[in-house]
Amino acid sequence: MMAQASIRKSYDGVIACAPVTVPYRRYSTNSAHWWIGRALHHLVKRAGIKPADIDGFCVSSFTVGPDTAVGLTQHFGLTPRWLDHIPFGGASGVVALRRAARAVQAGDADIVACVAGDTNHVDSFRKTLSTFSRFAQDAVYPYGSGGANASFALITKNYMNRYGAKREDFGKLCIAQRDNALAIPYAMMRKKLTLDEYMNARPIADPIHLFDCVMPCAGAEAFLVCREDTAKSLGLSGVRILSTVERHNAFPADPMQVRGGWALDVGELWAMAGLKSNAVDLVETYDDYPVIVMMQLEDLGFCKKGEAAEFVRTHTFANDGTFPHNTSGGQLSVGQAGAAGGFLGLVEAMRQLMGEPIGKPVADAKAALVSGFGMINYDRGLSSCAAILARA
Amino acid sequence: MTEPLVRPKRKNPLRRTRLPLSPQGVRSRTAHGLTAAAAEGRFALQVCLDCNAVVYPPRDACPSCLSARLPFRDVDNGGVLTAETTVQTSTDPYFRERTPWRVGAVKLDVGPVVVAHLHGDVVEGARVRLEFKLDRSGSAVAIALPEKDTPNMADDPHLREMTCDPKFRRVLITDGRTAVGQAMAKAFSDAGASIVFVGLADAWKPFPGYEELRRIDRVEIVPLDVTDTESVTEQAEQNGARIDIVVNTAEHVRPGGVIDRHGLTVAREEIDIRYMGLLRLAQAFGPVLRFRGADGVNSAAAFVNLISVHALMNWPQFGSYAAAEAAVLSAAQCMRAELRPGGVKVLNVFFGPLETEWFQTVPPPKVTPAALASAVIRALKQGVEDAFVGDVAEDIRQRLAVNPKALEREMAG
Repeated sequence: MMAQASIRKSYDGVIACAPVTVPYRRYSTNSAHWWIGRALHHLVKRAGIKPADIDGFCVSSFTVGPDTAVGLTQHFGLTPRWLDHIPFGGASGVVALRRAARAVQAGDADIVACVAGDTNHVDSFRKTLSTFSRFAQDAVYPYGSGGANASFALITKNYMNRYGAKREDFGKLCIAQRDNALAIPYAMMRKKLTLDEYMNARPIADPIHLFDCVMPCAGAEAFLVCREDTAKSLGLSGVRILSTVERHNAFPADPMQVRGGWALDVGELWAMAGLKSNAVDLVETYDDYPVIVMMQLEDLGFCKKGEAAEFVRTHTFANDGTFPHNTSGGQLSVGQAGAAGGFLGLVEAMRQLMGEPIGKPVADAKAALVSGFGMINYDRGLSSCAAILARA
Repeated sequence: MTEPLVRPKRKNPLRRTRLPLSPQGVRSRTAHGLTAAAAEGRFALQVCLDCNAVVYPPRDACPSCLSARLPFRDVDNGGVLTAETTVQTSTDPYFRERTPWRVGAVKLDVGPVVVAHLHGDVVEGARVRLEFKLDRSGSAVAIALPEKDTPNMADDPHLREMTCDPKFRRVLITDGRTAVGQAMAKAFSDAGASIVFVGLADAWKPFPGYEELRRIDRVEIVPLDVTDTESVTEQAEQNGARIDIVVNTAEHVRPGGVIDRHGLTVAREEIDIRYMGLLRLAQAFGPVLRFRGADGVNSAAAFVNLISVHALMNWPQFGSYAAAEAAVLSAAQCMRAELRPGGVKVLNVFFGPLETEWFQTVPPPKVTPAALASAVIRALKQGVEDAFVGDVAEDIRQRLAVNPKALEREMAG
């Protein structure tokens, strides 16, 4: 990418640490509150702090209703002086990180717990879909009620028509991610996937087939954001934030989505980090549907628009291969625990950079790119974000 | 190419009747602007009065200039089907039993992209016409139709879910003694209805047109007197389970106002034939119509009310008659709510003065019974729920929309 000068203030002195995952389950009879509570519990144990030490709290969840972050403070006995509620789905992780980082940097909070968690009751997925947004209710759900599958099917079909990507290309990404997930004990899908199985899987909404879809499940992901000196005094290692971007409703005049907001902000992202796109050791993209992965590869500067299929054909995407990508298997294999899906890549990147991955390590990982994508309000995902992280 | 519909076989009485389900019908209040358009068969989207942007999905502020002045206006419905998919797995029980179900994204020439149902004859990349229809929930949905009509296109299963096409359906015309009843029988027979039951009270009393009525293909004359609860109930017990469309042609047109007509006898007849008659029909036929809303090719589809347009604004020259018609309209609105769980439509066809003997003294323009009958067929095929027939009806509809008070004064003559 062309390096542009960034005038934004750096995140110097801020650390993200204590990556936590509450192991996923397909269905849960517990509430979202239970899952978020477990994540908070893991955080304080892992950091060796008391709940009262958490003076900033940022929560993301689809199923915590009727509560908001405010109600949750009483539920969990927290007394934060900084509180945020960002129900941004797949954009939750990076957005939580960048907001918390600024709060800490400004001294508005010392230790911010960023938590995303959702439950999955037997019928909660259907209910979430039918009331996802006003536009979904008015103009999407009554059309076959295929949910995100049908919406992404249209985006995928259009992308294939326009750029010549093939199902085999999407399949390669899914298979590589599955290989990465084989070592993740709580992954929903832990059986090796072959191209034949991928190609012959049950059609869901053409061209989307079963293995293009994430498995809805229950789970939670979390991390802490604090000053470097705070982390040091607690004996916590962590990652530094080199740059972040966030954008909503980019390119509204595009008739169909072929790019996300990253395409607007990619120059800023690399410039602020002071890196070129070949300088990161691993990439965690938001992967609910492989077509969105392809758009991220293009829009984040790894290849040109329309060339992601070719890019996919020339890389292995394995943790020990070329272009390590979605190194814990991503949502396609681990599962989508609601808003926690927006944290999954970020928490995994932190673990890889800290040298403590649950699954296969990426050797000597020093820098990582994490990107998020969320909220298909009507016909396209509206929110995009990305962060470049570095080993502290 | 649409497979032509096959005449359904006689129903196996041992098989369970599939119960009706509805797609999600909940809409924002603003989005019901589309329902209003679909109810009349119009294609309307929000158009910004300040910047002319055409807006979809419905919003409460213009996404180009933030204006709140966003009325629904009829706009051109041409566009291109950019991408399509076939939903194989649906979370909604209604669609679950109807998959595979095609949907697509249509880029309209006027601007917005609309996610729409697809007629079987539309092809990705080709031009389409977009229409709003009322689905089984009663709310508006967009469906993309081929740019030009194709053979048997009305038989498309997606489209037929949203229409009340009389083809292969069985219809009951409640009164065959009237000119309108006879025209209706002819029109339904011509439209491919598989049985046209025509009700007659006191069949022994001769009336003009009887021989012609009897000779219409697939007409079956049955005893029915809408002023007699027992007669209506008996007819429903006899044939109710194989009637898919009810058209109430019972009428009682008498001149006279409310003050200047002496006594209550005629008013009582008006109420008994029109309002009570409708209630008797609704109570006898409504439950089985609602139960049979998803019963295959010849599922129950519609209850048709022929209502004087003066139900919407009293016409003092026929003032008492108009009041009874207003009662019918109100009851029809209630029926809509009650039949909706079955996905059965209530079609209200508003007509101006008819070319029949009881409107003898009224000057033209008037509506012939045949024109009224063909308007009913057209409305059922389109799947609308409000239709206005004739110049007078259209005139009153428009004046009512602009200034009801002016219309009230002007109706006094």
